[in-house]
Amino acid sequence: MIPFEYKQAEDEHTAVATVTGNSRAAFLGGGTNLVDHMKLGIAAPELLVDVTRLPLDRIECLPDGGLRVGAAVRNSDLAADSAVRERYPVLTQALLAGASGQLRNLATTGGNLLQRTRCVYFQDTTTPCNKREPGQGCSALEGHTRYHAVLGASKHCVAVHPSDMAVALAALDALVHVQGPDGGRAIPATELHRLPGEHPEWDTVLRHGELITAVELPPLPFATRSRYRKARDRASFAFALVSVAAALDVTDGIVRGARIAFGGLAHKPWRARLAEQALLGRPATDDEFRASAEAELADAQPLPGNEFKLPMARNMLVATLRELSGDDAP
Amino acid sequence: MKSDITLTVDGQRYALTVDNRVTLLDALRDNLGVTSAKKGCDHGQCGSCTVLLNGRRATTCLAFAVAHDEADITTSAGLAQDGDLHPLHRAFIDHDAFQCGYCTPGQICSAVGMLDEARQGWPSAVTAEVTSAPPLDTAEIRERMSGNLCRCGACVNIVAAISEVATGRRLAAFPSAAEPRQERWS
Ligand SMILES: Cc1cc2nc3c(=O)[nH]c(=O)nc-3n(C[C@H](O)[C@H](O)[C@H](O)COP(=O)(O)OP(=O)(O)OC[C@H]3O[C@@H](n4cnc5c(N)ncnc54)[C@H](O)[C@@H]3O)c2cc1C
Ligand code: SF4
Ligand code: FES
Ligand code: FES
Repeated sequence: MIPFEYKQAEDEHTAVATVTGNSRAAFLGGGTNLVDHMKLGIAAPELLVDVTRLPLDRIECLPDGGLRVGAAVRNSDLAADSAVRERYPVLTQALLAGASGQLRNLATTGGNLLQRTRCVYFQDTTTPCNKREPGQGCSALEGHTRYHAVLGASKHCVAVHPSDMAVALAALDALVHVQGPDGGRAIPATELHRLPGEHPEWDTVLRHGELITAVELPPLPFATRSRYRKARDRASFAFALVSVAAALDVTDGIVRGARIAFGGLAHKPWRARLAEQALLGRPATDDEFRASAEAELADAQPLPGNEFKLPMARNMLVATLRELSGDDAP
Repeated sequence: MKSDITLTVDGQRYALTVDNRVTLLDALRDNLGVTSAKKGCDHGQCGSCTVLLNGRRATTCLAFAVAHDEADITTSAGLAQDGDLHPLHRAFIDHDAFQCGYCTPGQICSAVGMLDEARQGWPSAVTAEVTSAPPLDTAEIRERMSGNLCRCGACVNIVAAISEVATGRRLAAFPSAAEPRQERWS
């Protein structure tokens, strides 16, 4: 690890200016991803600006029924928040499905959104990887693809985005507030992360120096009926093979509203708009749920080694929607 | 590049100068000689470096010490008071919940933190209804302790030991980890 300078951010403005002014500077949240990457030799910042002591650690109820979550709120506090548990149980479940209790006590909302892929070749600096070093080639394509993408990948990168929280935020139409050198902007959670295309080295649409300040959850009354399901290789403390976040509004047996996103399938949380459209106005039956999953996954291109993700995603979506439409649904 | 920081560890205050690259775990072990927390994976994956950081359980191998200036840390060793073992230490001994013992300090700190989280009504990934505050049954304990991996296969006894503290007579004598130190385990 190269020596680096450490600074506590005094305020948002100075933090942004400091990182903007140095191409080798980075923000530091809980450190549970960045420090790991510094140890592995994937990241080598020469200046860290710690943003965890900025006054961004509050969860505020908004007048319209939504919620504003500061970027420095810890994952454990967000999951345990009573308003989140009541209004957006899918978000609590997604957070609790990620990492471990002692990591969630450190991890922050901003850092969780910007954690990088867990592709094993990306993490192993002895293997070529276009995301680490553009132009090197992608080791996954000829390698072990069990964990890799089936939707939206390119020949340059087939990695998936690892965050569970981000999948729930994509389903909930959350807005990510950022502060940059030229002022602030709000980015829909569904548009924060990129598909790899020709530039897998860019994970998100953020520019260097842009600071995530908050995540805003708009009101969604039927999200009180929402759920996060995650399939993984062991019962707990492992990243998703496939996950699904869903909220469903069923009245008189007919689907009036649906919000669905998948994790583990793509380079970004995958908002399933085709599945949502297929469900609207249709009866809440297993056949319809299955048809909606098929509509979403029709263009999938699995790799040799991860074909299982397609039936897995379909079955998980059907089971989740069935649970949400049942009489005993939460 | 170095920084001057202050850490309170198991009730004792230390002023130290650390290279910015030093993690909290390395600061404890190498700079302060506090070896209760163990280094297993060094990548957040095993839980053996878990301590109570300002009253909450946290791994220390992915935390730079410089970012935790002024922190109050309790290690498993510091949970004992005036020579008396903590109820969880006792339960681990009674249930033979360790073999090599390497993961044990992290397991103990994690269990103390986890019981405190449960007492505050936090749900877990196996809680069916997240608006509820679930009782700590075996499934809940297993899930909440899943950040601590034991390589020796003593896991069944670990759950039994924690379960006894969570549900048995020992619970009454179990104040919050977040309470001031001197009032604990009196
Ligand atoms: C063993 C292990 C298992 C895990 N399992 C899971 C899992 O199953 N599911 C899951 O979702 N996650 C999992 N995680 C990942 C964990 O959730 C992330 O590491 C964590 O959320 C990152 O948050 P942080 O605050 O520690 O970020 P940091 O490591 O501090 O930062 C991550 C990135 O975000 C940037 N950053 C931080 N804050 C801001 C900000 N406010 N604005 C702009 N940039 C910022 C940093 O510069 C860095 O690039 C696991 C991690 C480990 C170590
Ligand atoms: S899938 Fe992406 S991250 Fe993984 S080796 Fe290929 S280019 Fe790198
Ligand atoms: S040494 Fe910290 S989690 Fe393994
Ligand atoms: S007792 Fe040896 S690792 Fe747990």
